Amino acid sequence: MRCLRACPTQALRVRGGKATLMSDRCIDCGECVRVCPNHAFAPQTSSFSDFSGFKYTIALPSPVFYSQFGKDVRPTAILAALRRIGFDDAYDVTCASESVSIAIQELMNSPNIPRPMISPFCPTIVRLIQVRYPNLLDNLIPIESPMEIAAREAKRLKMQELGLKESEIGAIYLAPCPSKMLALKHPPRKKHSFLDGVMAISEVYPSVMRALAHTEPTNGHTEIRGLGLGWPIVGGQVASLKAEDSIAIAGLNDVMRVFDEIENGKLCDIQYIECHSCPTACVGGSLTVENPYIARGRVLRMVEKFGSQPCQDREKIRDLYQKNFFSLVGTIAPSPVQPLGEDIARGIKKMQRRHQIYDMLPKIDCGACGAPTCITFAEDVVRGEAEADECVFLTMRTFETLSKSLLEAVAKQSRKVKGPSEGHHHDA
Amino acid sequence: MARSFSESFEIRGRDFLEAGNVSTGIKRMLKELGVSKEIVRRVAIATYEAEMNVVMYAREATVTVELTPHFIKIVVDDRGPGIPDVELAMQEGYSTATPEMREMGFGAGMGLPNIKRNADKFNIGSVVGKGTRLDIVVNIN
Repeated sequence: MRCLRACPTQALRVRGGKATLMSDRCIDCGECVRVCPNHAFAPQTSSFSDFSGFKYTIALPSPVFYSQFGKDVRPTAILAALRRIGFDDAYDVTCASESVSIAIQELMNSPNIPRPMISPFCPTIVRLIQVRYPNLLDNLIPIESPMEIAAREAKRLKMQELGLKESEIGAIYLAPCPSKMLALKHPPRKKHSFLDGVMAISEVYPSVMRALAHTEPTNGHTEIRGLGLGWPIVGGQVASLKAEDSIAIAGLNDVMRVFDEIENGKLCDIQYIECHSCPTACVGGSLTVENPYIARGRVLRMVEKFGSQPCQDREKIRDLYQKNFFSLVGTIAPSPVQPLGEDIARGIKKMQRRHQIYDMLPKIDCGACGAPTCITFAEDVVRGEAEADECVFLTMRTFETLSKSLLEAVAKQSRKVKGPSEGHHHDA
Repeated sequence: MARSFSESFEIRGRDFLEAGNVSTGIKRMLKELGVSKEIVRRVAIATYEAEMNVVMYAREATVTVELTPHFIKIVVDDRGPGIPDVELAMQEGYSTATPEMREMGFGAGMGLPNIKRNADKFNIGSVVGKGTRLDIVVNIN
């Protein structure tokens, strides 16, 4: 039942002891995965055996991964450990984040995108916009995510080096949350992804932990550097953009409040909005291991130590940007929730009916009926997905009325029985 | 059953905390019905501007929304100072906002003209010392 309340879009119902998901409302945020004590919503991540068909495998750890181990464990050591546990190679993604930051800076010179520009890197945010804020689709910046760019680059390099075909190389993303995985399974637009699978950080963590103990200190490898290291925490993107009038928002409720404001015509003097569905951004993803606040501290420390030196040649990236290297392929279409009625007139009728039903409900959102709130229950009744008597309060009230009239009837009868006119015995 | 759906909301002046909630609620209703996003945007902007006018200048207001298959009508009836010269207030750039309001990003003198621009029918009536009433209609089909 915890999932009912946790779902920010009221997409869950628990009926007959089973949770069902209304997929048109789901935005893949993973809150239900996080709160369910019975693990009813197991995210479908891959495991090592799923990649046995590839000749060569490359792990691409989310930048979050670097924050999951001890405070002095360096990214290069973590990449080395990934190579030890069975991946043929491990490729850093933070460098791609830096390239993407430069691409966004270039894009900011273009007046064609409505302000504020919205970051599209949290798949849940993209899905939220598709489902609830189709007016803001144009504000999403048309730039590919660092994980896709990194996968494409990693594959390109290996194809050159080893003479392999793209289909022979498996690129596996190590994700902090289920939404990245779902983004790969059901991409918001039809296109080819360079990623072949997603594994949960929590799944790879134990073996990397063990391998780290046996990994040689990093010799020869230059340390991972640049502001891309800061991307997994709130404000990391904005810091790497060094742009004025840019803000970072985290947590779905706050994001929705800001989206409502944008829809109302406000905030057009803001250049860029970095948006995260998780309140602590990606370090707080539901498939991570480390406490998000500790992880955040480690990211800050890494940025302090290695952030100031860039890992990319700015001119080269600008040139690539001009050649559309970072451009998003295809457009993201709206995916609205199924309307109340087949047409507006019927929808209005159902809205009236919902209002009438809601008026009879206790309005305490107890969840006993299996819907998260009284208003969603009223809507379920109107849509024909629930019966009004599934509300315990309504049933109790009906019962009360019934028993009252029954008692009254009995009282009436007994008055008649004891009444003055004698000898008037008859069965009711 | 009538073919329209009506709902009323109350707004209190100076209540910046709740400002925008009516507009958000109306927007939600339109989205639930599957009204096109362009219409949602126009209604959102018009309602929000009207709501902010109440919050900034009036004591309180009743907002009545009437939804029919063909249009949405929003009536904002406030108890407040009223507007002495409605024609002047309808001019773009004219504003009586205080520096504090401007500081918050309001008072560019675009409020009323912006409402009119986003409405298909717009009517304003005001009595000084009593209040102002806006009738905003946006066609759905």
